[in-house]
Amino acid sequence: MIEIRNLSKTFSSGENQVAALADVNLTIPDGEIYGVIGLSGAGKSTLVRCINLLERPSAGQVIVDGQDLTAMSPRQLRQARKSISMIFQGFNLLMQRTALDNICFPLELSGVKKAEARKRARELLELVELPDKAEAYPIQLSGGQKQRIAIARALASDPKVLLCDEATSALDPKTTQSILQLLKELNRKLGVTVVVITHEMRVVEQICTRVAILDHGQVQEEGPTAQVFSNPKSDAGRRLVLPDGEKIHVLPENRLVRLVFNGASAGEPIVARLAREQGILLNILSADTRSIGDRTFGNMVLGLPLDETEAARALLYLRELKGVTAEEVTEYVQ
Amino acid sequence: MFSESEWELLRNIIQNGLWKAIGETLLMTFVPTILAFVIGLPLGVVLVTGEEKGIHPLPGWLMKLLNFVINILRSVPFLILLIVVLPLSRLLVGTTVGTKAIIAPLVIAAFPFVARLVETSIREVDGGVVEAAQSMGAGTWQIILKVLIPEARPALISNFMVALITIFGYGAMSGAVGGGGLGRIAVNYGYNRYQPLVMYFAVILLVILVQIFQGVGNVLVKKSDKRIR
Ligand SMILES: Nc1ncnc2c1ncn2[C@@H]1O[C@H](COP(=O)(O)OP(=O)(O)OP(=O)(O)O)[C@@H](O)[C@H]1O
Ligand SMILES: [Mg+2]
Repeated sequence: MIEIRNLSKTFSSGENQVAALADVNLTIPDGEIYGVIGLSGAGKSTLVRCINLLERPSAGQVIVDGQDLTAMSPRQLRQARKSISMIFQGFNLLMQRTALDNICFPLELSGVKKAEARKRARELLELVELPDKAEAYPIQLSGGQKQRIAIARALASDPKVLLCDEATSALDPKTTQSILQLLKELNRKLGVTVVVITHEMRVVEQICTRVAILDHGQVQEEGPTAQVFSNPKSDAGRRLVLPDGEKIHVLPENRLVRLVFNGASAGEPIVARLAREQGILLNILSADTRSIGDRTFGNMVLGLPLDETEAARALLYLRELKGVTAEEVTEYVQ
Repeated sequence: MFSESEWELLRNIIQNGLWKAIGETLLMTFVPTILAFVIGLPLGVVLVTGEEKGIHPLPGWLMKLLNFVINILRSVPFLILLIVVLPLSRLLVGTTVGTKAIIAPLVIAAFPFVARLVETSIREVDGGVVEAAQSMGAGTWQIILKVLIPEARPALISNFMVALITIFGYGAMSGAVGGGGLGRIAVNYGYNRYQPLVMYFAVILLVILVQIFQGVGNVLVKKSDKRIR
C-alpha cells in the first residue's frame, strides 16, 4: 500500500516559487491499477516522482508498505527503490546496451550473477512478447517495443509497485492499446500495483480501477473510476470528464436535473416516455454517454418545465427509474 | 629543385634515425595522452556529477576551485607552460631535454583540456537514462561506471582521438625546446640549419600520422556507437 500524506512540493527558481503539489493525501491500495489524471502542469509528474523520491518533497511523507521513504538513509532508499519500479514517456533505455542487457541492468545493480541475470531477462522478454529482440539495440526498436523492453527492465527486480509516467503518451493509439493491455495483464498475473499518470481519459477508462483527479497540485476528487467518471463531483473533474468542459451555464428560470446512468441502457427514450405517458415536455440541455469497461454510463442534463407541479411530477418520475440517479443541479457544464 | 647534398642528408637521416624518431613521436603522443586521461577522465566526470544538480553534489567552493584551476591551465599557451614546467622534469626524470623530459609537461598541458572534453562527453548522456538508473536504486559509482561512461563511450573515443592529435601537435612543437621525435628533425634541420627538404619530409610524415590516427579513430567510434543502425 502506498500512503501519501500531506505531500507538498515547491520549486523555487530565484524569486519565483511554484507550488507543484500542495498538501496531497492519497492511499493507493495493493494490487490496484491506480490512475492519476490531470491537465498539463497539474503536478502529475511531480507527484509520481515524489513516490520514489526522485524528487524530494518539501513536506509530507511517502509511506510504502509501512515504511516512510522520506525518513530513510540514502542506502535504505536505494534498497527501497528496487521494489518501486518506474517507466517513462521517453523509455530511457541505455542506448549502448542490447535489449537483453538493458533488462539485466537492474539485476547487475543488485549483484545478481551474469548467467542468472540473463536467464531471468530472457523470461521477461517472453513475458513482454519480444523473445526475438534480445540482441537488438534500442535504436533498432519501435516505440512500442522500446516501452515493452522498459517494462521488462522495470519488472526484473520483482517490484511491488510499477509507476508509469505518461508511459503511452509517445505512442500511437494502437500501440497504446497493446501497452495498456500488457500492463493490465501484468497486474493480474504478478499482482503488481500499477500507478498510471496520464492526461488521457481513455487510458484511465481502459485500465484503472481507481482514479484521482489532480488539479493545481491538489487532489480534487478520488474514487472508483466508474463512479468518478460517470458522476464527477469537482469542477476539475467535470471539466475533464465532460466534453468541452470550459463553459458553465446557469439557467435561472428553469430547474435543472441531471440524470446519471449507472450501467443502465443510456439509449432508453426517457424523455419521449415522459412526454407520452405524463404529457410533460422536458428540454435536453446536454447529453453525453460513454461505455466504461463493459457497462454503459451516461450523463444528461434536462431542463424541467417552468410549472412547479409539472416539475415536481417529472422529478418524481425520474427518481423512480431503475439504474438512473436524478439530482437537481443549479448549473451544468456544456 | 633540391641539391644533391640535400638528398644525401635526407637519405642519411632516413637510414640512421628515422625509425627512432617515429618511435619517439609515437611515445610522446600515446604516453602523455593516456596519462592525461588517467587524470582528466575522473576530473571530467566529477565536473558533471559534482555539480549542484548533479548525481553527487560536492561543496560549491571545491567545484569553483576545480573549474578555476582547469581554466588557468588551459589559458596558458602551451610553449610557455612547457618552459615553466620543464624544471619539474629534471626532478622526475633527471633531464630537461629529450623525449622523456617532455612527457610531464605534455601531461600537465593536456589533462585540463582532456577534463573538459570528458565533461562535454558525459554531459551528452541523456538525463532520463540517469534518472531511470536512480529509480532502480543505482548508487553514484554504479551510475558512473555502468551508465555515464558506457553511454558516453562513442563521444569519449572520439574525444580521445582529438586529444591524441592535439598532444601529437604539442609534441612536435616541443622539438623547438629540446623535445625529441619527428618534431625535432623538422625544427633542427628545417629551421636551425635551413634544410627545407628534410623539413618537408618530416612534416609530410607528421601529416600522414595524423591521417592514420583520425582514420582509426573514426572506425573505432563507428564500431562502438550502437545508436548507428
Ligand atoms: N524542476 C522544476 N523546477 C521548477 N518548476 C517545476 C519543475 N518541475 C515541475 N515544475 C512546475 O511544477 C508544476 C507541475 O509540473 P509537472 O511536471 O508535475 O506537471 P504535469 O502534471 O506532469 O504536466 P504534464 O502533463 O505537462 O507533464 C508546473 O507548473 C511546472 O512548471
Ligand atoms: Mg508530466
